[in-house]
Amino acid sequence: MSDVAASLRAAARWRWWELALLGGLALSWFALPSHSLLLNEIAILALFAVSLDLVLGYAGIVSLGHAAFFGFGAYAAALFAKDVMPDPLVGLAFAIVVSALLGLASSVLILRGTDLTRLMVTLGLASILYELANKLDWLTGGADGLQGVVMAPLVTPFGRFEFDMAGRTAYAYSLVVLIAGVLVGRRLVHSPFGASLKALRDNRLRATSIGLSVHARLVAAYTIAGGMAGAAGALLAQTTGFASLDVFDFHRSADVLLMLVIGGTGYLYGGIFGALAFKLLQDLISAWTPQYWHFWLGLFLVVLVLVGRDRLVRPDRWWRHRTAAAPAAAATEAPP
Amino acid sequence: MSVVLETRGLVKRFGGIAATNDVSLQVQKGARHALIGPNGAGKTTLINLLTGVLEPSAGTVELDGEDITRLAAHRRVRRGLVRTFQINQLFGGLTPLQSLALAVAVQQGSSTGWWQPLGRDARVAPRCEQLLKTFRLLDVMDQAVALLPYGKRRLLEIATALACQPRVLLLDEPVAGVPEGERQEIFETLGALPADVSVLLIEHDMDLVFNFASRVTVLVNGAIFAEGDVQAIAGDPRVKAVYLGEREHA
Repeated sequence: MSDVAASLRAAARWRWWELALLGGLALSWFALPSHSLLLNEIAILALFAVSLDLVLGYAGIVSLGHAAFFGFGAYAAALFAKDVMPDPLVGLAFAIVVSALLGLASSVLILRGTDLTRLMVTLGLASILYELANKLDWLTGGADGLQGVVMAPLVTPFGRFEFDMAGRTAYAYSLVVLIAGVLVGRRLVHSPFGASLKALRDNRLRATSIGLSVHARLVAAYTIAGGMAGAAGALLAQTTGFASLDVFDFHRSADVLLMLVIGGTGYLYGGIFGALAFKLLQDLISAWTPQYWHFWLGLFLVVLVLVGRDRLVRPDRWWRHRTAAAPAAAATEAPP
Repeated sequence: MSVVLETRGLVKRFGGIAATNDVSLQVQKGARHALIGPNGAGKTTLINLLTGVLEPSAGTVELDGEDITRLAAHRRVRRGLVRTFQINQLFGGLTPLQSLALAVAVQQGSSTGWWQPLGRDARVAPRCEQLLKTFRLLDVMDQAVALLPYGKRRLLEIATALACQPRVLLLDEPVAGVPEGERQEIFETLGALPADVSVLLIEHDMDLVFNFASRVTVLVNGAIFAEGDVQAIAGDPRVKAVYLGEREHA
């Protein structure tokens, strides 16, 4: 095989830290049994953040309303369990499909305009769905939410697993879906399709000039990301047993954006690192000072942005000058 | 010879100004056709109309006798109408190799694949290698495009267009900003294009134009001022007055 062919394939090769990360995630189920509820929530948020990364980090579409898909998936899964059948896997598949369809339908909103208009229309879509869920109380339970969603046991080739109070089954379930989502996302971003998303993010004019249909690619990316965010929402509804208006709330969209800011965009794993850091910080700070945790989280974000993620998480760069560190960071594809 | 690219009465108005004014141009199959004119003559606007970046106010564009005036820009590329840009338009976050591989994959119809990695299609790598070699980009093929020196990016700009397997290639000042010594080399590469590829070239350097092109169209104030073969245009006193003369004094 020529150097060129080898180089072309090298980008898709597994790196040690990717395997370590996925291995560590799997290990956490065994190592931290008493933290399953928190870890379950982190896994769900991580999947949500990975789906936003496909839109933001790869296709370059800023969204302040990604909760639209998260919430849609959550309500879809909860209603499906309540009114159709309680099987979690079928419910998850249903939620993914309808959320992807919502992504497909709403993708017309993000095709034109500037970043600012996209921020507004995505925000608007999430707000509309929030109000719909609020008003259609015969279907959604309104402000009370959908309570008492009872899930059937998880039927797998390895046996039947009841959802337990400690969240052991829930965390295993969310973790498997997260890892599956990352694996699919990984194939996607290393494929020609993934390269075309990066291309149109970098330069739409040139992307068109090599024969790419920018609109078709964006529609596809938004549909896939919608489905993945819907999966995350479905996991939340299924593992907590209810869906409330909170899943459509603005803070969901803002939090997931913050997670990506913390973890970094455009390399697929930023959502996982970001969700982990965000949730742990939130947990630690709010245990220490329940009233003022927003202040400390805000301070952390300001420091992160001013200092730069690279320098913050890599002590070897703390005392080096920024301009000297920047090219090295761009040239190597190291984790943040 | 047959006509591959033709415009009829093409007009583009920006407000009260006609940047392109009733241009009827024919590019023959296999032509080495140059488009010259003073700054602001509407050369780039014409290229933008041909490629579908801009929509004309009036008139038609035909490729192989088919009306493509309303055809989306990316579809024109797939029909073989490819351009380069006066100001580099590249994918800063990709490497030169990935940029070319993507363009080749689009051209070969495998760019919608979303499961197999980019390099999986066995037809992609050899074509990329050939282009990287031709444009002396092999040594930087794995660096981020945004970090490449200008000269290399200029070469990649042209290589990306060739990766699309053009049948009609529109070159918008391909050697803009390239040092004197390297210009000839780029033109040698362009000269080595297959004879059935038609080239429409915008260029300021008259020596390069007269070496490369066999036919020349002079554009002034958006309209065709003169057209003919190289010798005729080079000897035309009117053209000298509006364009060549200016440059000789400069």
